[in-house]
Amino acid sequence: MHFWHLTDIEIEALRLSLWVSGWAVAASLPIGILAAWVLARLRFPGKNLLDGMVHLPLVLPPVVTGYLLLVLLGRNGLIGAALYKYLGIVLAFNWKGAVLAAAVMSFPLLVRAVRLSLESVDQGLEAAARTLGAGPVRVFFTVTLPLMAPGIITGLILAFARSLGEFGATITFVSNIRGETQTLPLALYTLTQVPDGEIGAMRLCILSVLIAMAALVCSEILARRFAARMRG
Amino acid sequence: MEIKMRRRQGDFLVDAAFKGPESGVTALFGPSGAGKTSLINMVAGLLRPDAGRITVNGLCLFDSARRINLPPEKRRIGYVFQDGRLLPHLSVRANLSYGMHRTPADRRFVSLDAVVALLGIGHLLSRRPARLSGGEKQRVAIGRALLTSPALLLMDEPLASLDAPRKSEVLPFIMRLSRAYAIPILYVSHIMDEILNLADHLVILDAGRVVASGNLDDLMARPELQTHLGREDYGSVISTVVDAPRDASGLTRLRFHDHLLKVPPIAAERSAPVRVRIAARNVAVALQAPSATSFQNILPGRVDQIIDHGESFVDLRLDVGCFLWARITRPSFLDLHLKTGQPVFALIKSVAVSPGAENTKPLYGQQCHPDACSKHR
Repeated sequence: MHFWHLTDIEIEALRLSLWVSGWAVAASLPIGILAAWVLARLRFPGKNLLDGMVHLPLVLPPVVTGYLLLVLLGRNGLIGAALYKYLGIVLAFNWKGAVLAAAVMSFPLLVRAVRLSLESVDQGLEAAARTLGAGPVRVFFTVTLPLMAPGIITGLILAFARSLGEFGATITFVSNIRGETQTLPLALYTLTQVPDGEIGAMRLCILSVLIAMAALVCSEILARRFAARMRG
Repeated sequence: MEIKMRRRQGDFLVDAAFKGPESGVTALFGPSGAGKTSLINMVAGLLRPDAGRITVNGLCLFDSARRINLPPEKRRIGYVFQDGRLLPHLSVRANLSYGMHRTPADRRFVSLDAVVALLGIGHLLSRRPARLSGGEKQRVAIGRALLTSPALLLMDEPLASLDAPRKSEVLPFIMRLSRAYAIPILYVSHIMDEILNLADHLVILDAGRVVASGNLDDLMARPELQTHLGREDYGSVISTVVDAPRDASGLTRLRFHDHLLKVPPIAAERSAPVRVRIAARNVAVALQAPSATSFQNILPGRVDQIIDHGESFVDLRLDVGCFLWARITRPSFLDLHLKTGQPVFALIKSVAVSPGAENTKPLYGQQCHPDACSKHR
């Protein structure tokens, strides 16, 4: 077997990992920005509760999060049963469930980074844009959001990396099904459980490192480009 | 413009009401903490008054009784902030056109080219705000506010964050723009020099309340307001016209009320109006016209009012056709036996001419754009 030649299992796991992480990040980004905005800018009763809910996956053992997802969103779960009955959506034991698990687990990281950058945006600039004739929504999209870009990039990379590495919640919620929910970490785990799996496990390990490095380099390039833009 | 509003912020109460003209520069003067910025933030709609009514050019912006509260973007008010507040992620050109594009084309009466020429910012258009000097930033900020074709321009100490050379760089542009466009300007400052250069109408604010509001020359002559104008600024403001830009002795000759005033040469054309300021401490008093003296300016008049602060000096209001303040020491006052109505001669040691004051020629740069001049008030 040639070193550079990826096996079917590896290709499947790699593809699935990128697919699941990509969807997880894409789906949680708008909600994450909204949550960050609500937490940074609004004052309302129950804000601490919302803050706690958002951060819960960060402090709970991932298996517990996965189990909660299964209880709530499994085929017979509280919400899952309704989803299936009325919308025909099944999340348990397929890739969509893996996306959800990854999104929930990476959500706090995304929100934290975005919220930090939002809090550093000078509200005086937003006020200035208002006096220039832009309504609140336009101000958000033309002033606030562009100025949050560094935080959004950081949040995206953190969330993407967290999603790639997601293991506990995924295996609990959607199990370890090859080609459906077996992402890189799950495939790696599987290989460590079989005889003669060491080489395969090492290959997946190297692959994971390479992806993580690529993501970091991307974020660094984007952040530098943004800083250069601001310097003019 | 008619402004009447009240707002409580913690222990501080802003309770201000004044009327300003619908053209020209209205200066809002007061010490720091007098509530000047709060007041114009309420006019701009960035701060909501507890009660009141704000009308600009016949448009009601806020009325607590009728439950009207236009959001800032609907008020047609341009705002030049003390700290510029250019959008850092946009180029100068995009900053300038940001507000212009939000203004319907049929309501625009200020063109990008005219503003760029007026403010001399043509060479900066492709730069980002981070690459601009303080003075350049403020000029772009002024242009950006102007390009929304506002019904009122608010300026919150636009020169305060600049050092002296940058101040004298930006000031002529503000003077020029107040003449080039028929947009009323509400100019906040605690520096009397800036106000004398720019304003026609003065509103004095102290501790959240309007102390006085009216024509600048009239207010400057009122004795009870002198304490609000600050000890350094104590003096007279006189509107004059240029009689001769350069007389035989190389000085500029100004004329007011049949009097001539010789001042260091200024760049102004004949019969252009110029505002001068004469500090009370620079005016001495004599009972007879001195025959041999170094004083260039000696005006006959009479004592109109004597104000004794009970300090080491006495203030006299002299009537020389208009009012002129003189501050003399108590011993001199007693020696001269001055009484109200007594004829005296005012000896003026020095005159501060507001550089490029109202309607004089700009100190440098080209004249305003021809289109803009047609809107000259």
